[in-house]
Amino acid sequence: MTDDILRMRGITKTFPGVKALQDVNLSVRRGEIHAICGENGAGKSTLMKVLSGVYPHGSYEGEISFDGEPCHFSDIRDSEHRGIVIIHQELALAPQLSIAENIFLGNEQASRGLIDWNRTNAEAAALLDRVGLRENPVTTISDIGVGKQQLVEIAKALSKKVRLLILDEPTAALNDEDSEHLLDLLRGLRDEGITCVIISHKLNEVMAIADSITILRDGHTIQTLDMATGEVTEDRIIAGMVGRALENRFPPHEPQIGEEALRIEDWTVYSPTQRGRAVVSGVNMTLRKGEIVGLAGLMGAGRTELAMSVFGRTYGTNISGRLFKEGQPIEARTVREAIRNGIAYATEDRKRYGLNLIEDIKRNVSAAALSKLARRGWVNDNEEYRVADEYRGSMNIKAPSVSSVTGKLSGGNQQKVVLAKWIFTDADVLILDEPTRGIDVGAKYEIYTIINRLADSGKAILVISSELPELLGLCDRIYALSAGRITGEVQRGDATQERIMQYMTKGLD
Amino acid sequence: MSSSTSPSDAALASGAKDAPAPGTPGRSSGLSINVRQSGIYIAFALIVLLFTILTDGALLQPQNISNIIVQNSYILILSIGMILIIIAGHIDLSVGSVVAVTGAIAAVLMVNYGVPWPLALLITLIAGALIGAWQGYWIAYFGIPAFIVTLAGMLLFRALTLTVLGNQGIGPFPDAVRTLSNGFTDGYLGNIGLGPLGGADLFSLLIGIVAVAGMAIAQWRSRAARLGYRQSVDSIPVFLLKVVVAAAVILFVVVQLARFKNLPWVLVLLAALVLGYSLVTNRAVFGRRIYAIGGNLQAALLSGIKVKSVIFWIFVNMGVLSAIAGIIFAGRLNQAGPTAGNSFELDAIAAAFIGGAAVQGGVGKVVGAVTGGLIMGVINNGMSLIGSPSERVMLVKGIVLLAAVAFDVWTKRRAASASR
Repeated sequence: MTDDILRMRGITKTFPGVKALQDVNLSVRRGEIHAICGENGAGKSTLMKVLSGVYPHGSYEGEISFDGEPCHFSDIRDSEHRGIVIIHQELALAPQLSIAENIFLGNEQASRGLIDWNRTNAEAAALLDRVGLRENPVTTISDIGVGKQQLVEIAKALSKKVRLLILDEPTAALNDEDSEHLLDLLRGLRDEGITCVIISHKLNEVMAIADSITILRDGHTIQTLDMATGEVTEDRIIAGMVGRALENRFPPHEPQIGEEALRIEDWTVYSPTQRGRAVVSGVNMTLRKGEIVGLAGLMGAGRTELAMSVFGRTYGTNISGRLFKEGQPIEARTVREAIRNGIAYATEDRKRYGLNLIEDIKRNVSAAALSKLARRGWVNDNEEYRVADEYRGSMNIKAPSVSSVTGKLSGGNQQKVVLAKWIFTDADVLILDEPTRGIDVGAKYEIYTIINRLADSGKAILVISSELPELLGLCDRIYALSAGRITGEVQRGDATQERIMQYMTKGLD
Repeated sequence: MSSSTSPSDAALASGAKDAPAPGTPGRSSGLSINVRQSGIYIAFALIVLLFTILTDGALLQPQNISNIIVQNSYILILSIGMILIIIAGHIDLSVGSVVAVTGAIAAVLMVNYGVPWPLALLITLIAGALIGAWQGYWIAYFGIPAFIVTLAGMLLFRALTLTVLGNQGIGPFPDAVRTLSNGFTDGYLGNIGLGPLGGADLFSLLIGIVAVAGMAIAQWRSRAARLGYRQSVDSIPVFLLKVVVAAAVILFVVVQLARFKNLPWVLVLLAALVLGYSLVTNRAVFGRRIYAIGGNLQAALLSGIKVKSVIFWIFVNMGVLSAIAGIIFAGRLNQAGPTAGNSFELDAIAAAFIGGAAVQGGVGKVVGAVTGGLIMGVINNGMSLIGSPSERVMLVKGIVLLAAVAFDVWTKRRAASASR
């Protein structure tokens, strides 16, 4: 009855250890702007990758039909042929090439094998006109700002005769003016008959532009809201995004909170790539012994940047602020200094930054504190085996032995190895960045148990997580970070998802 | 609605996924690691066997074994330094030129300036260390890729060689240096009859027996220590088999050498280097750092490892080993020449990769690299014994290198798809 340009039915996508999408349905009407909302990790980007053929037909279950015809895309070129174009959050432009070259990258305007530069630049100019970008097509991409680069991406999509345009967080890196311009452009494209699917965290923006909204949560479709009914509010969307029951997904825990372990004062960090942009500004924070503190924030709020700048200045430039360990001022200018001062940081991306995947469990466990196992520069590898085997037992790392290569472990077991590695440094303060990302529910429970045990042994713990229920279930106190500033602090008793979400979106436009 | 079912679903799913984990991947990984690690030794044994047959046993004649060791000693020494650099994820293209320039420095000091040979060798080793420090500085602290720095070094140090030598060969070397590179241990204890094998040097045989006994005792003690920590070890028959095979190989080589002219001094030096560097890579904190850096640079940085300092020192080490190789090479030819060491870097790199190093770093063993070097040495020697022209030798070496790395890539891809 309705004129749907796109129907996705029963989409299920499984990764090793996790079900990213489960029986997801999505219908998009012709010529509308359709927003997809959900927390980080709800499955939005995965769904769009299924749609655009990044995950080829056969690697997921369910059916996709576009314009009434079934789709079996084997790669992104297939979907582009049908007029489905996706623009990712991280722009896929070649910075050293010109605007025109980027627009026609992979689709070069050539005759008899030679590129026709006049035609390339003339058609690029026409497309730039359509997206309202006044730049010379021969300008190099790295010479224009992020906002304009976003427009170049859209021009590139238009050059491919786009019919369904997918934008993943298009305004995340843009300022107000550029965002407004982009939204206007999308409205204009809609009037030309181009259907848009937009993924956004910024609910005010979604309210302003969307014709309908589909909410995803934990890989499930929650509901599709029609904006025409006039009954949709931001609170309603938030409730849909976060509203799941907290059952026994968290082990019970009675905190015994002691004295102050780490205090961060007036902490400001500047971006190493964008000159003069403060990623973290004026943050004050206190962590106490035996306490599990949460740090909430949307993507790009500066959570990881804050943590890494504290941990031996591994992120950022022009870092200013003071650190106090048990009341005494300390310096942590290098990773070694941070470790010596009892600070540990377990990264959010364990495969890229946390583990040596080609080495075995024991050598990963010992990597950050090898000198503890060595005398005069020689490692006692039997002692190393014993230590690692103890962690394997106490943390229930499922592997045939500690000589198993970490690259072959499941996500949950890899995370346990990362935790063991940092516990072995005798850290008093553990910063755990997304400790349960990409881990199935059972393993999450085990990680929570380990975190509770660490707190009980007097460690101060800071948990960074995109999953609000996790923070609510685990933490004794939660800080909310928005655009690099602490916008709220909530005690366990007072914490609700709605309240934290409000703090997290404070100051965003 | 779904939240009540999803945990149990996930638990089921994870249970199903975990179930085969202890069995299948564990076993297959054990197998693939074994193939990857021991493949090189099996290949070496097969190549030796092949050329023994093709040459009617000439390959394993006493004098020929001695020749293989002496002729390849400098490449083997270079491959020890090179494997450390490759494990760390770098490369060194300059070693051939460094061999030339250090040989030239030694020659000029001893021949032109009459410096006593021990002092001259010491100065040469220091010069090698300084050259390594120079390259290490640009790579580690300035951040220029090793490929570029050492490519520049290849030209720079060749130029320096020509300057030092004034474009001509300098020699002859003092006897002591020539003995080190070319000579043999004295028959301190006289000869002993070995029945049908004829006479053999008693001292060499004793050294061989001591080496075998030392190896067996060290292996046994290591096994006992591991048992004390309740680690899994080879069963007694497997353990004995390994020790007996290793002992037989060592004794065979030593007996053959003792029948010819005693032990070559470079073999003694080489054995010490292999032993020492194997210990460093397996057991020393410094050695472990190299693997950590090559395995995942970012993780190493975030673990507080002083990456720059480690990289700097492995290039200093390469410089010193190049100087040792330079002295031995020049001493063997009895003169330092302008073209000394040409393309040695390629042989050393090939040895490391044939010996099981991974292209992206993090993997490799000193013994593997030396075995890789010996494989090329045996191919060289065996093919020249059967009178193959040099272009065919090159062809075979190229194919062996490609096959070795292809095998490495293939086993890794298979392992990756198995874990999916």
